Amino acid sequence: MRTTPFHPRTSELCTSFAWKEWAGYAAVCRYTPHSEAEVFAVRSTAGLLDVTPLYKYDVRGPDAGEFLAYVWTRDIRNIGVGRVVYSAMCDEDGWMLDDGTVARLGPDHFRCTSSEPWLSWFLKHARGFEVQIEETTDSICGLALQGPRARAILKGITDFDMDRMRFFRVRKTMVGGVPAWVQRTGYTGDLGYEVFCANEHALQLYDAICEAGMPHGMVPMGLDALDVARIEAGFVLQGVDYITAKSCLIDGLKSTPDDAGLGWTVDIDREPFVGSAAIASERQRGPVWDLVGLEIDWEALELMYASLGIPPHLAPEACRQSVPVYDEQGVQVGQATSTTWSPTCKRYLALAQVRRPHHHLGTELFMEYTPLFERQKVPVRVVEKPFFDPPRKRSTPGAAPVSVPAPEAEE
Amino acid sequence: MSKKYDAIIVGGGHNGLVCAAYLAKAGRRVLVLEKREVLGGAACSEEVYPGFTYSVCSYVVSLLRPQIIRDLQLPKFGLHVLPLESTFSPYPDGRSLMRSADPAATRREIAAFSPRDADVYPMFGKAMGQLARFTKPIIDERAPNPMSWKPRELMQLLKMGKQFRELGDDLGLLQYKLTTMSAVDFLAEWFETDELIAPMSCSGIIGTMLGVKSPGTAYVLLHHYMGEIDGSSRAWGFARGGTGAISMAIARAAQHFGAEIRTNAGVSQIKVRSGAAQGVVLEDGSELDAKIVISGAEPRLTFLKLVGEGELPDEFVTQIKRYKLRGSSGKVNLALDRFPDFASRPGIGMHVRGDISIAPSTDYLERAYDDAKYGDFSTRPFMNIVFPSVLDPDMAPEGKHVMSIFVQYAPYHIKEGPSHWPEKREAFGDAVIDTLSEYCPTLKESILHRQVLTPWDLEQEFGLTEGNIFHGELSLEQLLFQRPASGWAQYKTPIRKLWLCGSGAHPGGGVMGAPGQLAARDILLQGAC
Repeated sequence: MRTTPFHPRTSELCTSFAWKEWAGYAAVCRYTPHSEAEVFAVRSTAGLLDVTPLYKYDVRGPDAGEFLAYVWTRDIRNIGVGRVVYSAMCDEDGWMLDDGTVARLGPDHFRCTSSEPWLSWFLKHARGFEVQIEETTDSICGLALQGPRARAILKGITDFDMDRMRFFRVRKTMVGGVPAWVQRTGYTGDLGYEVFCANEHALQLYDAICEAGMPHGMVPMGLDALDVARIEAGFVLQGVDYITAKSCLIDGLKSTPDDAGLGWTVDIDREPFVGSAAIASERQRGPVWDLVGLEIDWEALELMYASLGIPPHLAPEACRQSVPVYDEQGVQVGQATSTTWSPTCKRYLALAQVRRPHHHLGTELFMEYTPLFERQKVPVRVVEKPFFDPPRKRSTPGAAPVSVPAPEAEE
Repeated sequence: MSKKYDAIIVGGGHNGLVCAAYLAKAGRRVLVLEKREVLGGAACSEEVYPGFTYSVCSYVVSLLRPQIIRDLQLPKFGLHVLPLESTFSPYPDGRSLMRSADPAATRREIAAFSPRDADVYPMFGKAMGQLARFTKPIIDERAPNPMSWKPRELMQLLKMGKQFRELGDDLGLLQYKLTTMSAVDFLAEWFETDELIAPMSCSGIIGTMLGVKSPGTAYVLLHHYMGEIDGSSRAWGFARGGTGAISMAIARAAQHFGAEIRTNAGVSQIKVRSGAAQGVVLEDGSELDAKIVISGAEPRLTFLKLVGEGELPDEFVTQIKRYKLRGSSGKVNLALDRFPDFASRPGIGMHVRGDISIAPSTDYLERAYDDAKYGDFSTRPFMNIVFPSVLDPDMAPEGKHVMSIFVQYAPYHIKEGPSHWPEKREAFGDAVIDTLSEYCPTLKESILHRQVLTPWDLEQEFGLTEGNIFHGELSLEQLLFQRPASGWAQYKTPIRKLWLCGSGAHPGGGVMGAPGQLAARDILLQGAC
């Protein structure tokens, strides 16, 4: 396994010795034996996460926007310089391949991030476009600084006035004396930034953020805490909540953007793009699945435990084991793919793929639950997601009051 | 006259032993006769040099059928297969490439040659894995006879057709390409890096007298994706104790179920009376009778030598004479005083815990074939190397090593004539060591003992006619309902009460055990003994 350029620092801080593989890199699960403090930090101070293993592609050239609009579902041609969008990517049959962000760094320069490698996919579809595609996964490193104090922390070490940086914007600036790209994006659903720089500046960047962050109560954060935070934020994870079509042996495992709850990322009314025809015809037929938020009925759960003579006992971290979801008749209508107790919302929550029309808000369903090795069903309800969505996520204190941008450009 | 045995099996190779074990398990009185002192045939382990155990011929295992392992409880009888962890390819310019079970690491290794190929590699694996799912049932069933109108044959053909349709258009087309194209052409449709295509293409030529650019060689690539160990799809494994340990486990299982096994008991003749097999005559002149005789020996040896042309229909004799054996490979086993580092990647790392391919370019491989086409061994051959002692330290004394080198091409038909191989044996061994020294500069000085097996030796010692390691080339025209002859691909032969159970029967060579198992199944189903 490889280590990221931040490894000299993260390995010293990781006292739990809990690591796992992420895209060929060693990544910290939790810095201390329990990840709870890291989850609370993201919602009260800030957490610092090494996101270097994200796959990164720099796309340059006069047709870069056209090309990216062709392979991603969002109409990337329309985004201005300094904007970032979240998007899905599909194969020709409209099945989800991946989701990620696309940032416009210059008029002819974009950078995408993804969870899987796509260089050959991009090259295959670049025919006829004047673009250069460079994989920068291993040459650019990244840190996610997420939490309510993230802005204050960066303010002290950044040239750019962070008060003026709006949600889903990117800016090239100096951070702690290091040339870096600061993106107001993240995977926690909180106020937060992702900072990318060339590998050789990694330690200087890390030290600068740490020095600025410690007085604010910032803590280093691992993937376990991120998993809880991203479920609270209602974000899907490739490989867990949906599976990239690239690795599915059968169609039954694949998802369309609508199946994965990402239909909103599809700008369908434009020139054809990869998968657009299939998505359009699926929409005519009506999508089969949707990805929804579920809340587990706590009182029922408490009663279930009480009947066994024990108090409720929940796993200390997010669960990625998918469990069946049933309707009132006991027919399986879907599966919960990510489940967690939310320390922030104090609710027991899940992301689930369910057959329509069971996706409507308020639908009462049942989820399999196994206390003490005994299969039972617990009532759940389809609820709104994100489960946690603080105003600070989008707020821009230093911005002149402007008209609220269209929501599809903001997510 | 009551016969002592229900079945006599000629040859104690792994297939003969599997067949014996299944028949014995079904309550039949079985006798296995092996010419050599050691069991296993070409799947044997021998201490040729004191303290060093060689997997003399066959050196890796991939397709040993999981149902055989379960049915015969082979782990209980000593089978322990260790996974080969990687495929390593060194190049003369000092670069190297290691592909392993770690997708991220493999991606980076390939990306050093081509970032595009690095992405394509897992997609290729997925496509091949899907095709392998279609092909694999074929090796677990007897070959259907497409000329027959019998319901059983038709049902089986229908099932195959249905499975083929289920592949869908894209994969169906891919399967078609796979069965018609050359290994290099097929791979070049996916990959741009010759350094990657070359070692991958080699699996298409092993055991055949064909080159990596010869049409039809792509099909065998699939065998690499059909392997399974411990229920998961994996390429290759190495049996603890060498390949012979597999045969010994099967033999112990067979004995446990009641089979009798005799070594140093070569069969010189299969007795035939009125078109039916009666028993066998041993080399010492003694005779043994049985209800049926099952030959695990190679078909040409079985029919033309042990049975005799006179007992067989002319058309069948012609087919067996035409059956392509044309051995093309040799084997070099080395006992080493110390580990010979690869210049491109020294040390005993994961790269030497798998198989190592000396196949630096497709041109290199084609040139090696050029030598063979005109009756010479390759001066710079393709080699596939395993260090058994790295995986299983018991194979050599502490700190010392065994090196198993599969070498292609070494054509049986050298221009001087096959019987002149003994004079060329050491020159062939030298060519192997000289080529290998370009990659392992310290190899020569660490050699304690070297065993060189030419195709001639494989024929004389192991009964592999023309030195063919698979009892006949695994080319499409000699597989399925054509193996070993059309009309006789279901283990029966033109001689009543004589059956085949070796690699010359469907589904072919390799340490699979499938021919032995499928033959036993048909013998029992048809109440032949």
